[in-house]
Amino acid sequence: MKFDLFVLPFTLGVIFLLGYLGYKYATWFRGLNKSDRSKVISGFFSVRLFRAVNEIIMESLLHRNIFRRNRLLGFMHMSLAFGWFLLIAIGNLESRVYEPTSMNLPYVPIFFKFFNANPDAFPLHRVFSFTMDLLLLLVLGGVALAFLKRFFSKAYGMKRTTRLMLGDRLALTTLWLIFPLRLLAESFTSAVYGGGDFLTGTFGSFLGSFLPAANLYYPAWWAYSLSLGVFFLALPFSRYMHIPTEVVLILSRHFGLAEHAERTPFTEVEINSCSRCGVCLDACQLSFAGGVQNIQSTYQLKSIRYNSIQPTESFGCNMCGRCDNVCPVGIDISGIRMITRNELNGKVPDVSFAEQSMPHAHKSDVIYFAGCMTHQTPSIKKAMVSLLETAGVNYWFMDEWGGLCCGRPMMLAGHKAQADIMIEKNRKLIIESGARILVTSCPICYKVFAKEYNLNIRVMHHTQYLLELAESHKIRPGHLAGNAVYHDPCELSRDIKVYEEPRKLLGKMVQVKSNEFEKDNALCCGNSLANLSADNDIRRKVTEDAYIKMNASGSQYLVTSCPMCKKAFEKVADVEVKDIAELVVRSMQKSRSPVKASGLKVAHPVEVIAG
Amino acid sequence: MLDTSNRTEEIMKSVAIIGGGVAGMEAAARLSKCGHAVTIIERNEQLGGRLNQWHALFPARKPALPLLMSLKQGISDGVNVIINAHITGIEKNEDGFAIMLNKNRVVTANTLLLTTGFDIFEAERKEEYGYGIYDNVITSVDLEQVFRSGKPIQTAGGKTPKRIGFVHCVGSRDEKAGNLHCSKVCCVTAVKQAIEVKEMLPSSEVFLYYMDLRMFGRHFEELYKEAQFKHSIQFIRARLSEAFENPDGSLQIRIEDTLLAKPLKMSLDMLVLMVGIQPPKKAGNILDMLKLERDTDGFVLQEDQYVSPFKTKIPGLYCAGGVTGPKTIEETLTEARAVAAEISEYLGRRRINYAGQEQYVMEL
Repeated sequence: MKFDLFVLPFTLGVIFLLGYLGYKYATWFRGLNKSDRSKVISGFFSVRLFRAVNEIIMESLLHRNIFRRNRLLGFMHMSLAFGWFLLIAIGNLESRVYEPTSMNLPYVPIFFKFFNANPDAFPLHRVFSFTMDLLLLLVLGGVALAFLKRFFSKAYGMKRTTRLMLGDRLALTTLWLIFPLRLLAESFTSAVYGGGDFLTGTFGSFLGSFLPAANLYYPAWWAYSLSLGVFFLALPFSRYMHIPTEVVLILSRHFGLAEHAERTPFTEVEINSCSRCGVCLDACQLSFAGGVQNIQSTYQLKSIRYNSIQPTESFGCNMCGRCDNVCPVGIDISGIRMITRNELNGKVPDVSFAEQSMPHAHKSDVIYFAGCMTHQTPSIKKAMVSLLETAGVNYWFMDEWGGLCCGRPMMLAGHKAQADIMIEKNRKLIIESGARILVTSCPICYKVFAKEYNLNIRVMHHTQYLLELAESHKIRPGHLAGNAVYHDPCELSRDIKVYEEPRKLLGKMVQVKSNEFEKDNALCCGNSLANLSADNDIRRKVTEDAYIKMNASGSQYLVTSCPMCKKAFEKVADVEVKDIAELVVRSMQKSRSPVKASGLKVAHPVEVIAG
Repeated sequence: MLDTSNRTEEIMKSVAIIGGGVAGMEAAARLSKCGHAVTIIERNEQLGGRLNQWHALFPARKPALPLLMSLKQGISDGVNVIINAHITGIEKNEDGFAIMLNKNRVVTANTLLLTTGFDIFEAERKEEYGYGIYDNVITSVDLEQVFRSGKPIQTAGGKTPKRIGFVHCVGSRDEKAGNLHCSKVCCVTAVKQAIEVKEMLPSSEVFLYYMDLRMFGRHFEELYKEAQFKHSIQFIRARLSEAFENPDGSLQIRIEDTLLAKPLKMSLDMLVLMVGIQPPKKAGNILDMLKLERDTDGFVLQEDQYVSPFKTKIPGLYCAGGVTGPKTIEETLTEARAVAAEISEYLGRRRINYAGQEQYVMEL
């Protein structure tokens, strides 16, 4: 049996790592609820496994998503991950070819050159030697790039890079040392015993020309083994935990696991899958425009992992979802943030008002729910009422004289239980009304109606509903001079993707100018309800930056479909800022279409059926 | 137009005043009495500025007209007035300033006094209050116009309002509106206007929704007491969230009573918004032409708040009145007199300097 004392650090490190991971993953699996557990078990015996394996290859090894973002960054990750993987895989193959019969312990392929210093006798020697040197060069290239990234992150498409913790520093240092030490060990060995190819052979004879290789090769193997051992020891406590855990995440996702309202083992898997690559930092408007550098997703996930999360970190985020959109690992960052907010929620608000302030349900075909923020921008409310009247819709203005909030602001503030009380109250009224369609002017309400209410009726944002009314000729938007830039509100973007309807409706009235910052790449207006700690100064910086980036100056209008966004941009814009509903009313007045836009009239309920 | 062809002596001690409101007129009168050649450059058809919009003045509720007449009287003799003036450019040269006006007119002066005043907060910007959207939401300036007109107070529908609310701090002390400062004069103006409404409509109910009541001036507190005890005006410490319009045009408002910490709803027939004072935007181009620095609140930066409050970084350029912050009329008049004295002093020194003599003589 091939053995030398120096293999111990590596071997012990591997045993520890595998034991730790086995224990950790088993604990997580046991912590899953029954239905999630059966999803995992059945997932292993289905076609989903193959899809998952495919994604593991594409993402964990090749890093396709990061490649798409920046080639250099992608190459760095790919050369480290895929190069190392191939070194292990081909190293194993190599050692099995040479020693097909004897007991082949895991460390043998790792230290192959030590145990088979000059295997010239084997027929495939040249091929393997060359391949292994090539792969080592690939990985060393990755290490060099990673090293340079600490100094020149801009070249990697990143303005910012994450701050390191102690565990990270240890793991990072040993990780960077592993491959240069392997190069040294193999080169010294080849200097003494011959062998080695273009890299280790050449480098070996170069080193041997002025260094006592015979005395140095053995310590080099020790150093190589030590660096591996320390790295494996530090890995579970550093960000490199993401390497094995991302595989678990991809599998779990393909087996149908997702975030719930509370923390589950899946949350732990997601948190541990963050590699802290820092891609989310550059996507964050609060970072690049607002000057806030402590709330970003990667920091939040880190703080949750080490149980040091502060309320400001969790609540100081606009929840625009831009980081969800760019995360190469696909972590449900906003989902986790909501869970954390619920855990940190502090003083529980009194929602007893929900008992008093409910209107009675009215029978109608359509419910119009303006939303609190629309009540704060009465021009939008007035426009919508006038359009619904003009179209002759049988509707009930549910929150005309108050009533309950949709519940989402309460959820965003971390009070899911209280939000649920409000949701249930509203839900009952909506069902009682017998309406087929629920229309809202507020994207915040729209999201919660669509995602949390479990309604069996159509939930529409007014951009969608007005387009339907226009296409069925119930309203006739006319032409307006000039062009407009459309701003996608966050709550209608990325997660829900209401992109085409507003543009189609707007296109009926004005020429729509597109820009780089739209749809999935849309910018938050800065006025987000989700941010419970940003002051006006920060908000304004985000607003101003977003306005400049959208390049609306010089257009006739900046059009949006969210009362909050409208209010934000009105403060900084040098063009007219309009909600799409207001623009429809204006276009109808201008074009003197036969259907006249009436003033504010109140629709009267057909029938009172409750209370 | 100013004829400067044969008045070389006067040119050496001439003053141009941009803005013919309270500060500009009072300063002009004083400077003129000191023997300086004074030119007032006014954008509007007539002099008087904001005073033209006002019916009666706090705290004594004296009518505004006699004050306006007296200010006009002060400049009736010897002050050159240019109305409907639009400034196209200002040049600074060794002798002072050359101010280019529309119709190819030029005013030259050794010193320049800026009394361009302030802007009123645009109430439309607080869209949730419904100004410009709901007919029965008006501003304090609109209400003063009603007082001036002598007509009865009526809702948009022509009815006599029974319940009238005044909202304080509309666009003042409001970070979201971009104005952190207190506009200073609106608290007492609201009290004054509420009393006037109550006197005109004794059977009405009048509510004031305030953040804090800042009754800092002489006799202000007495006026506030009078409003409570004599007129039963109700003061509610509250912030307005939003206004709704009822089908009949009356209003429903949602407020938070900040003493009870409870949200409340109230119905009103009329809502008056106490619009604040904010840094001048229309005068902005003049300030920009002169490259005048703004203070953090947006008003013109004084050279030193205590030592030289009327001076700017530019020698010979002075500021007074609303251009350097919200002020009462009383304060504005005091500033006008003080700046006139300071300009006279400056011009006096200047003339001696021209003559090349060593001693300094004040021309007061």
